[in-house]
Amino acid sequence: MIKVSHSESSDEQFSFDYGESEIELTRRERLQDFYEEFIRKPGMVAWNDRRTRIGSAILFVYVLMGTVGVWFYRAPQTNQVDVPGYPGGRGVPPFTDLSAILGSTQQSGKDILAQIIHATPNMLLMVLSGGVFATVVAVLIGTVAGYKGGTVDTVLTSFTDFAMSIPGLPLVMVLAVVLRPTNPLVLGIVLMVNYWAGLGRAIRSEVLSIRQESFVEASRTMGVSTPRILFKDVIPNIMPYVLVNFANAARFVIFSSVGLYYLGILPAGVANWGIQLDRAYSQGSLVGIAALYQLLFPMIMIMGLALSMILLAQGADRIFNPRVRTRLAGESETIEEEEDADAPAGVMT
Amino acid sequence: MNYYLRRFLRVIVTIWAVATFTFALIRLLPGGPLVQLRAQLIRSGASPERVETLIQSYTKIQPDAPIYVQYFDYITSLVQGDLGESISTGRSVGEVVGGALPWTLWIAIATTILVFALAIVWGAIMAYFEGSNFDLASSSASILAASMPFYVLAMLLIIIVGYEFGWFPTRFRIDPNLEAPVFSVAFVGSALYHSVLPIASMVLTGAGLQVLAMRGNSISVLGKDFVTVARLRGLSDRRISITYVARNAILPMYTSMLLSVGWYLGGTVIVEEIFTYRGIGYYMYEGLESRDYPLMMGIFLILTSTLVIGVFVADLTYGLVDPRIQTGDQSESF
Repeated sequence: MIKVSHSESSDEQFSFDYGESEIELTRRERLQDFYEEFIRKPGMVAWNDRRTRIGSAILFVYVLMGTVGVWFYRAPQTNQVDVPGYPGGRGVPPFTDLSAILGSTQQSGKDILAQIIHATPNMLLMVLSGGVFATVVAVLIGTVAGYKGGTVDTVLTSFTDFAMSIPGLPLVMVLAVVLRPTNPLVLGIVLMVNYWAGLGRAIRSEVLSIRQESFVEASRTMGVSTPRILFKDVIPNIMPYVLVNFANAARFVIFSSVGLYYLGILPAGVANWGIQLDRAYSQGSLVGIAALYQLLFPMIMIMGLALSMILLAQGADRIFNPRVRTRLAGESETIEEEEDADAPAGVMT
Repeated sequence: MNYYLRRFLRVIVTIWAVATFTFALIRLLPGGPLVQLRAQLIRSGASPERVETLIQSYTKIQPDAPIYVQYFDYITSLVQGDLGESISTGRSVGEVVGGALPWTLWIAIATTILVFALAIVWGAIMAYFEGSNFDLASSSASILAASMPFYVLAMLLIIIVGYEFGWFPTRFRIDPNLEAPVFSVAFVGSALYHSVLPIASMVLTGAGLQVLAMRGNSISVLGKDFVTVARLRGLSDRRISITYVARNAILPMYTSMLLSVGWYLGGTVIVEEIFTYRGIGYYMYEGLESRDYPLMMGIFLILTSTLVIGVFVADLTYGLVDPRIQTGDQSESF
């Protein structure tokens, strides 16, 4: 078991600008400190959680499929499966032949495993660009609005409220029809076009409490510039929260992109699990229950990726969430008792 | 300014801004809807003059007029409740929306209420039995439910509960053979019966994360000092769990409920398409698929207005839940 010193990691309100220190820290030392305080320790707290480990393992499989898998496994093509007894290689049930282990489609004889694997890279790119876009915009708007206050806050918050009051999915659909994005990176951004708003709002209220902290006040009295305070004092303290929400945003990208591909609103020229779902489902209503296997595998793929995102979010939640701290303080029981039983009582605030 | 008045003005401004946005989307995008619509009409063999009149009647936009006149005309007809004419169905958008909106509202509202009722009750029970096998099983089930998109569950429900067992209808909003008058027992019964699967598919998947959130809230409230003090005062468990814990744990849920109404309302576009449930989501999908811009934009506008007004109404009740209602922005600016 990895030992984590809870008493150190509990100090959430850590700041990097040692105002009281006479000695200037070198860049290297700062980086080391940053790594120690914001990457290694939270990482270990998170890694201590079973959910983080399972989530990372699943995600790793997807990344492998999206990078190496695409190289090694053939691309989906019409009538590519060659199994005796199935003309054109169509409708091969799963687990009957090693050359197409998950079977082939009823209508076009495409290898289902190939379809699944070749849909992964685009999906991962979409998740990455959508997640990064939403988080970066939310962090920028949320921290500036929360920290600056006054007119800036009013303007940014009104804008956020406006973005938040548009139902996301219909907006994305309208944009998708009008703009017809094909690049997965652009598509990711279109999907998150107003998702950032809810997150920005939440970050703003986090920042509202951080701005009152003494280390922020110290930086301000020392005349440190606003961007510097935001990047050095404020943002590091909301990082775990942002991580949790990055994973949630990623789940949203997966759900809405597959949903739009399923509806056929996005251009269908690429491989996507949603398109597979659509084809399989429309054939299922014609052929009946025998065609169900085509539906099952893309479903499992979608759920697996979403599951890994949820598990990672829940694991990251541990670093940040006060209720975990409450639990570590021994004030309530927990599922992972063996992990927390040795935590020193009463060190948490 | 009065808090409620300010909120109300914000509703008006938001709807106006979205209307402007749809106008810009239709009119200004290069190669956008208007150009495509014109190409579509010319391909169908209409004469140039006829094309112009058709465009004008469909979109309430006169392509030749200066942009501010077009904009003014567009907003004026919206204020008068004229959303233009649907190209694919030939009916006015207002007519399509009017017949379909109540059904969608029913789905979205019932979903939201059920999700949060389920989350609050279940999450509280889980928090109460924290660490038990029941808690572990429920947490795992919630995570699994949350990892399933609602349309995937919808398909599974149709195949398993609908086709295989035949317990629930898989399409339409009421039995097409039913000739009972509106609001008779048979009518309402049929409507409820047909909405079971669409609502179930969104509730069961949507509740997952909310259950976990409620569980987390309850656990963190249980660890608060005022609960310990209440225990020391010897108050009854019942009073502690309801007045002290439940109220404080539900409060954060309220905000996330307002946020998720929009998601459920938007989700109806997919759900209604899967269940051929003719609400406005279904017609929005039809509009999207047949590139029927007036229908699509009209419904988008209606969906947004519904959400904005819904959130506004819900906001008015927030004071009942939380007496510490924020009446203004007192924070000092840096």
